Amino acid sequence: MKLPQDLKYTASHEWARLETDGTVTVGITDHAQEQLGDIVFVEAPKAGRRVAAGEAVGVVESVKAASDIYAPVAGEILAGNDDLANAPEGVNADAFAAWMFKIKPDDPADLSKLLDAAGYEKAAAQ
Amino acid sequence: MALSTPLNAIHRAAGARMVDFGGWDMPVNYGSQIEEHHAVRRDAGIFDVSHMRAVDLEGRGTREFLRFALANDVDKLQVPGKALYSCLLNESGGVVDDLIAYRFGDERFRLVVNAGTADKDIAWLHKLNAMAGHAVTFRPREDLAMIAVQGPKARERFWDAFPEFKSASEALVPFQGAFAGDDILVARTGYTGEDGFEVAVPAGDAATVWNGLVAAGCRPCGLGARDTLRLEAGMNLYGQDMDENTSPLDAGLAWTLDRKGPRVFFGRKALDAYQPPWDFLGLVLEDKGGVLRAHQAVATPAGEGVVTSGTFSPTLGVSIALARLPKGTAPGERVEALVRDKRLAARVVKPPFVRNGRSLIS
Repeated sequence: MKLPQDLKYTASHEWARLETDGTVTVGITDHAQEQLGDIVFVEAPKAGRRVAAGEAVGVVESVKAASDIYAPVAGEILAGNDDLANAPEGVNADAFAAWMFKIKPDDPADLSKLLDAAGYEKAAAQ
Repeated sequence: MALSTPLNAIHRAAGARMVDFGGWDMPVNYGSQIEEHHAVRRDAGIFDVSHMRAVDLEGRGTREFLRFALANDVDKLQVPGKALYSCLLNESGGVVDDLIAYRFGDERFRLVVNAGTADKDIAWLHKLNAMAGHAVTFRPREDLAMIAVQGPKARERFWDAFPEFKSASEALVPFQGAFAGDDILVARTGYTGEDGFEVAVPAGDAATVWNGLVAAGCRPCGLGARDTLRLEAGMNLYGQDMDENTSPLDAGLAWTLDRKGPRVFFGRKALDAYQPPWDFLGLVLEDKGGVLRAHQAVATPAGEGVVTSGTFSPTLGVSIALARLPKGTAPGERVEALVRDKRLAARVVKPPFVRNGRSLIS
């Protein structure tokens, strides 16, 4: 599976990238899209919503199953990727390009609590 | 330890994602289940269905026994090799299993039953055999593998790969099988709503048949595509659309019950006394916002129903479902399905949704 080394990960299969402006971009991992199979529906969160770390903020549905997307850190949703509503298969094509939402973390240090690539690989193997 | 078919190593070598299905280690897809689905609708796909169990029945009284054991009437099978779909019922009229019965001779039949229910079915048949006082012998064919080749080009590709089977299988009509060689049954049946064959061969020949069909241009397809194809074709899945606690009358299977004459068959008494409170119909999701899935509640003007099978239809590009809805619900009505926490509008239709590559819903 593809697993960029410069990203942070959650045990619930999200990836998170800290941008230079302090915001965080979030998507689901390549491993997650592979497990789900063909993705046919994505519901991204709306901008302006305040969320807690671990809160369900969106949904990904494949032909075979529905799965929640969780916020990796607490903060405010800045944008959801509405393009995915019309082209959900983009998540299968490139999970690390098909971002789901951007969030402004309450505390950027929270990001360090997430898994690194090696930690995620171990968690995903279980 | 999961059971595995003779093709297990071939699936794994092809990169299939494997899952447990009724105790069997089976391929769910080989990459994209949607691409596999389209291959069957547009060209030809192959499925390993060796997990299903063939059981050969013979001996004096076999025909009478099956007329007692099955809710459909095997006396309809007058041409050699003809087959029919039937339910096996319990005393309360619930569905023990659904199966295909082939007739090869006066007292010679084959049943093909579901994987997860095979042992239960065979025990049940033995019980009915003792009850009816017949001397039917049962031979479960665990030595056979089964491969389905399905799609508009399926027969052509099958004959390209195995010209030696053409003369035996060319004249077959739907729901008819013929032996094309020693213990090789080619039947014009399937579970996709497309033309094609299901081929039963000795386990040792499975790889040759599979690889030959791949070389002829057939795409390997997993259980994922098998499920979306059968749902589009409006075909029930045992354990989901019906089970031992479901009457076939509540699962859209009235057409499989032969009650024209006075024939006594097991479960008939309960069936005759039963007033079905449900209509078994299709749903097409009209709102965006998710996918119809089994167990979702459906609000109709006449009360609440339930989705028994739901999925995303690759052919139609929308979510579809089979559902038990309150009696009197009619095609064309608008209902609401509870998808996660949202009520989404859906339209009631009469299944099937797709046949031979074409949409049947407007």
